[in-house]
Amino acid sequence: MKSTTTNSRRDFLKMTAITGGGLVLGFNWFSAEANAPVKFSSIGAGDVGFNSYLSISTEGTITILSPNPELGQNIITSFPMVVAEELEADWKKVKVLQANLDNKFDRQLTGGSGAVPHSWKLLRNAGATAKFMLIEAAAKIWSVPASECTAANSFVIHSRSGKKLSYGELAEAASKIPVPSTVKLKDRKDFKLIGKSVRNVENLKIVTGKPLFGLDFYREGMVYAMIQRPEQFGMKLKSFDGSIAKAMPGIIDVVSFKNNVAVVGKSTWQVLKARKLLKIEYEKEFDLESTEDHDKLFMNLMDNGQATVRRKDGDVDAAFKSAAKVIKGEYQCPFISHSPMEPMNFFAHVRPDGVELVGPTQTPARARAEVSQLLKIPEDKITLQLTRLGGGFGRRLKNDFATEAAELSSIIKAPVKLIWTKEDDMTGGTYRPACRYRFEAALDSSGNLTGYKLRGVGINSGNPTREHNFPSGAVDNLLIDSVEHKSAITTGAWRAPITNFLAFAEQAFLDEVALAAGKDPVQFRLDLLAKAKKSPVGDIRYDISRMEGVIKMAAEKSGWGKKKDVSQGFSVYFSHASYVAQVAEVIMRNGLPVVKKIYAVSDCGQVVSMNGASHQVMGGIVDGLGHAMYSKLSFRDGAADQNNYNNYRLIRMKEVPEIETHFVDNGIDPTGLGEPALPPTGGAVANAIFKATGKRMRNQPFIEEDVFKTVS
Amino acid sequence: MANYKLQVNGKTLQADVEADTPLLWVLRDHLGLVGTKYGCGIAQCGACTVHVNGSPTRSCVYPVSAVGSSQVITIEGLSEQGDHPLQKAWDEIDVAQCGYCQAGQIMTAAALLKQNPKPSMDEIEVTMNANICRCGAYHRIREAVKLASSKI
Repeated sequence: MKSTTTNSRRDFLKMTAITGGGLVLGFNWFSAEANAPVKFSSIGAGDVGFNSYLSISTEGTITILSPNPELGQNIITSFPMVVAEELEADWKKVKVLQANLDNKFDRQLTGGSGAVPHSWKLLRNAGATAKFMLIEAAAKIWSVPASECTAANSFVIHSRSGKKLSYGELAEAASKIPVPSTVKLKDRKDFKLIGKSVRNVENLKIVTGKPLFGLDFYREGMVYAMIQRPEQFGMKLKSFDGSIAKAMPGIIDVVSFKNNVAVVGKSTWQVLKARKLLKIEYEKEFDLESTEDHDKLFMNLMDNGQATVRRKDGDVDAAFKSAAKVIKGEYQCPFISHSPMEPMNFFAHVRPDGVELVGPTQTPARARAEVSQLLKIPEDKITLQLTRLGGGFGRRLKNDFATEAAELSSIIKAPVKLIWTKEDDMTGGTYRPACRYRFEAALDSSGNLTGYKLRGVGINSGNPTREHNFPSGAVDNLLIDSVEHKSAITTGAWRAPITNFLAFAEQAFLDEVALAAGKDPVQFRLDLLAKAKKSPVGDIRYDISRMEGVIKMAAEKSGWGKKKDVSQGFSVYFSHASYVAQVAEVIMRNGLPVVKKIYAVSDCGQVVSMNGASHQVMGGIVDGLGHAMYSKLSFRDGAADQNNYNNYRLIRMKEVPEIETHFVDNGIDPTGLGEPALPPTGGAVANAIFKATGKRMRNQPFIEEDVFKTVS
Repeated sequence: MANYKLQVNGKTLQADVEADTPLLWVLRDHLGLVGTKYGCGIAQCGACTVHVNGSPTRSCVYPVSAVGSSQVITIEGLSEQGDHPLQKAWDEIDVAQCGYCQAGQIMTAAALLKQNPKPSMDEIEVTMNANICRCGAYHRIREAVKLASSKI
């Protein structure tokens, strides 16, 4: 795959005259905006019309600014790897800096498994452009044609004469070479870094406990704050008495805004203690819902709800009328919390001349916009410094903690660090919505799938289906619709939104259908895909060949159908832009099913760092398995029953199976991997449990299903 | 409020705090040692693990008044150069995803290896099961503890 790429000058500026000299290429990482080339005398990325840069100092240090929030997806390592690959840089001399929020970014966020796919070409382009200029500079010095020079390991080499100059030595001269309009990118067979295992560039800081995270941020003179929010969804603040809390040692103030009562003090512990002494009265604003009500509601809406049609192909009623066999299956999932390890927190300092924000957010631009709107302060007066995020999983897409911190700072007129406790976080909402699904399938007398219906009912779920995903396109008669119930319990995107549960339900149902059709579950899926390829029905938005690819490879790697001592379950899912097939293996121990091993085959296009990629797949599987098996939030009168790790169960080391990861090497550009390995896991495990026990997992968490209560 | 003289990472440090203040918050808010993490506050996740006289201790529920003259070691004091066998193994195996729980994981593992330098995989699992890694990096945590034990 040889490719060339065009540099438009508007996206790629060159700067000279940095301190100490050297080459600095500024580029608009995600820009579609035009900017005329300008020479600058400083490298403050924020004030020079571009938003990222690659610099090579005269000492040979290569610095790359990484724009996206880092929450464990390893972008701070993957991005510079791509640049260094094209640059032929000595990886040991590459330094990475976390960029702060900059106005020029289009997509400075972490979510949707989209960072690498989005930036892949631009990153390569940046590296290739710098390499071109370094080679040109060397050729000029040596008076030889540039075509005779090569670059490797941070050197330009002229092999005929044996001459060699380091990037550091060439940096100054390279800065005088015009930026090329076109550069050639490397052939992927020549990749030296991409696709290899490269360690996280922040490892040393992490293992020595350096201040990296939002909660670690400290500013001289700042105060600490916690907020008491209503404990029940549906309640609002009526009145409060903060006098006892305020009299406690170290407490500076107790203030209220919206439904919040905030305690401000000199240390976290003093604030935490004083908050317990608040006397607060709440009053009902909306219905106070309970899980019992939700269970009834799901049943009612499933039969009688006003459904929104999401996709309709052919004539479903006719297909079901003429069916030889009809299969029905219902599946339900509870609310779950994101509960990243680092509780929510943010620093804000609202001054008369502007606002300073510091902290962990997946969407810094949105945080700034919301603070701007809230405080009526223009965005250009607000700065936001990104810290490393102690996990996100979608929770930090929402910036309630940042706006709270800013509002509080504007009230108390002081720099404040707002801290949520784990309990605040777990009971504070923006959960993965609770959903129930009803699937129906019509089979003809030969076991062909002739009709397919799905109704999704969700609580604050938006559309709880993914109507254009497989098996849509492979079934002549299909109806997918959904019903949404609006509740005071708040929800938000949770890693692999919707698909994190829908995939389990759908893949478990397809297993039921394959069984009813008398077909092997793998072959059943391949037959459907073959049909979609031969005679597609309606719109198809997944790549049939890529899905077939992962299915076949997973069957091969796992020895599908050939093992006697384990029960295997199959699952495959397309989410975001990647494809992952999984085979789970279950054995029975003391009468209980135990997941022993999971095979995962991923097609995410080109893998950037093999270390990082296998981490995302294994982490995604552990996440998917843990939440399918153990985690749930239930409610009583609007309040969550679970509030911390003692009653909200997360998967632990002894519960993780062996995981074997494989990647399809098909040479296509990266399509993302932060989420796609999670959705298939629940289905693969549920299907393996069925194989082992004859019992279908209908509800998450599986641990509450009867099969886990039976002890022989 | 009382003034506590604490032996932390081989130095005597002072903090003027209330007696019930958990060691975690003394370290973080008063001594500027933020490597020890707040995760759950109820001794469930292990992110706050430090050594008190060599024993792995959940600092989020350990009041400063109980520390006395005990030697406290935090992640910052585990080694001078960040080169404890566990820290090196953590880098070599590339354990961290978000990294937030890792200081607590390493301190838990360090106490294990001090007491039992050659633990079996089962022994590693029994000990490390007490610490939560929300990113699910358990396989690599286990592998890194094993690797470090082979270097001791």
